[in-house]
Amino acid sequence: MLLLLASNPLRAALTIEITQGMEGAIPVAVVPFGWSGNTAAAPENLAAIISADLNRSGRIETLADRDLIAHPTEGDQVQFQNWRMVKVDDLVIGKVSGNADGTFNVQFELYDIIRGKQLIGSSFPTSREDLRRVAHHISDLIYEKLTGEKGAFNTQIAYVTSSGSSKNKSYTLLVADSDGYNPQTILTSNQPLMSPSWSPDGRQIAYVSFEKKLAEIYIQEVASGSRRKLAAFKGINGAPSWSPNGRQLALTLSRDGNPEIYIMDVSSGTLRRLTSSSAIDTEPVWTPDARSIIFTSDRGGAAQLYRVPVGGGKAQRLTFEGKYNAGADVSPDGRKIAMVHGNNGNYRIAVLDLDSGLLRTLTDGPLDESPSFSPNGSMIIYATRAGNREVLSAVSVDGRFRQRLSLQAGNVREPVWSPFDK
Amino acid sequence: MKFKLSRVMLVLMVAVMAACSSTGDKQEGPVSIEDRGTSADGSAVSSGAAGSSSFSNYSLDDPNSPLAQRVIYFEYDSAEITMDGQDLLVHHAGFLVANPTVHVTLEGHTDERGSREYNIALGDRRALSIQRVLELNGVAPEQITVVSYGEEKSAADGNSEAAWRLNRRVELLY
Repeated sequence: MLLLLASNPLRAALTIEITQGMEGAIPVAVVPFGWSGNTAAAPENLAAIISADLNRSGRIETLADRDLIAHPTEGDQVQFQNWRMVKVDDLVIGKVSGNADGTFNVQFELYDIIRGKQLIGSSFPTSREDLRRVAHHISDLIYEKLTGEKGAFNTQIAYVTSSGSSKNKSYTLLVADSDGYNPQTILTSNQPLMSPSWSPDGRQIAYVSFEKKLAEIYIQEVASGSRRKLAAFKGINGAPSWSPNGRQLALTLSRDGNPEIYIMDVSSGTLRRLTSSSAIDTEPVWTPDARSIIFTSDRGGAAQLYRVPVGGGKAQRLTFEGKYNAGADVSPDGRKIAMVHGNNGNYRIAVLDLDSGLLRTLTDGPLDESPSFSPNGSMIIYATRAGNREVLSAVSVDGRFRQRLSLQAGNVREPVWSPFDK
Repeated sequence: MKFKLSRVMLVLMVAVMAACSSTGDKQEGPVSIEDRGTSADGSAVSSGAAGSSSFSNYSLDDPNSPLAQRVIYFEYDSAEITMDGQDLLVHHAGFLVANPTVHVTLEGHTDERGSREYNIALGDRRALSIQRVLELNGVAPEQITVVSYGEEKSAADGNSEAAWRLNRRVELLY
């Protein structure tokens, strides 16, 4: 049984809970947006969405609603000296208006309280469906202005869920906004689904499906749900990873008898074998410069990470600390590698800094896996456990800030953060 | 010199042909016996000693047969088959050799630790090591399909060694 669905957006299936706070976050007040329209309230609470986004970054901390000393919606209502008293550095205000034709207009301003001046003022005509996206876009603008780093709120996460008993399981592949809202099921199967990978334009997802009781790789358009089978060779068809230009996929095939890394041209299907060893070679990922593939191999006796030139050649070992290092993801700037780091019986997310060679463990779970960098490189989302349940967590790359994303029921795993919206 | 070489070739060819025909005998024997069994009495399967190994007498449906055991367990991050596992596989190989039309799927599995795609490769390696033992015992490659589910289909829930040891396995599915 297999269903392709373009389902109705449900409300948040993933709830987010900040589990480890951050010292020294920038204090910001986000005032509830004004509303003019023919209903009692705006269909979405934009200030709440923006405030949750900013808090989730770990770099900004918003003032609780009860501590807001005033509710300005326009610049000339802002009393800077009063806001200085409650010790906020910046202030976000705005207005939403519902138009007669069903469209909306969102206006927002960001003020520097200390200097008493406007930093951003902007407005966006939009639709009902895009109100949350506009809020995330405003969060991106605020975040970039205050931290100097590009925001990644207007992005998505793909993940896999499983539910049901071991004899009667259901697996789904979903795409949700980065705050857990608007989950859309893009595939349901009664056999395992795994290893989702976003195309660099964010329009397609490659994944492994066991729907025929064998491993096969498909690529599917996220918007339309249309898909095609890309690889169904004898043995393993696994670990798809898109090249930075989206024209090739690195993948693992065992059609020659042993798991090896191959590069496939997506349009022609032409294959080129990249590795050749009697060991396990799998989990290829591209470096952003498209020159190298980083992969897992147990050629040295246990699973470790290696790097090989895309054109082929000698593989160089990258990890030496710990008995087990696997499942790499490369940061968007190419300077860090996140991995599953096994040591003393625990499997945690660690980051290797390629410049310094230092390995740093970021998480404290016994069974953490599937790290995926946010497109701005500031956070890593990964799979972990809460009791016997599989949940998702995100951690800042410096390890100081952590949050948990859990489903109301069932298990959630293999999160992959989308590229920036293009 | 040329003459000598071709004589060696000839000897080799005869050896190969002999090997082929002997496995052919083994494969055909029990099948015809089963035919006889059903046409006569049903219990006649036990008379299958006509040149083939006694293992072929076991039935897949017999809960007391070694063939009823269809799971081989492994150590952590290992694809090495234990002595008990080897003994069990000899029985399965005997059955498959005796019944060349029977097909078996070897499903490789791992415990939940570590990364998922690495576990797919590890489950595959486990299933391949079972396949190798079966083939060394005369099973035809066409009778075997290998698939690895890695950690995706656990047999036991829970995150402790008690569950993990039951999940590091290859299942023989007839």
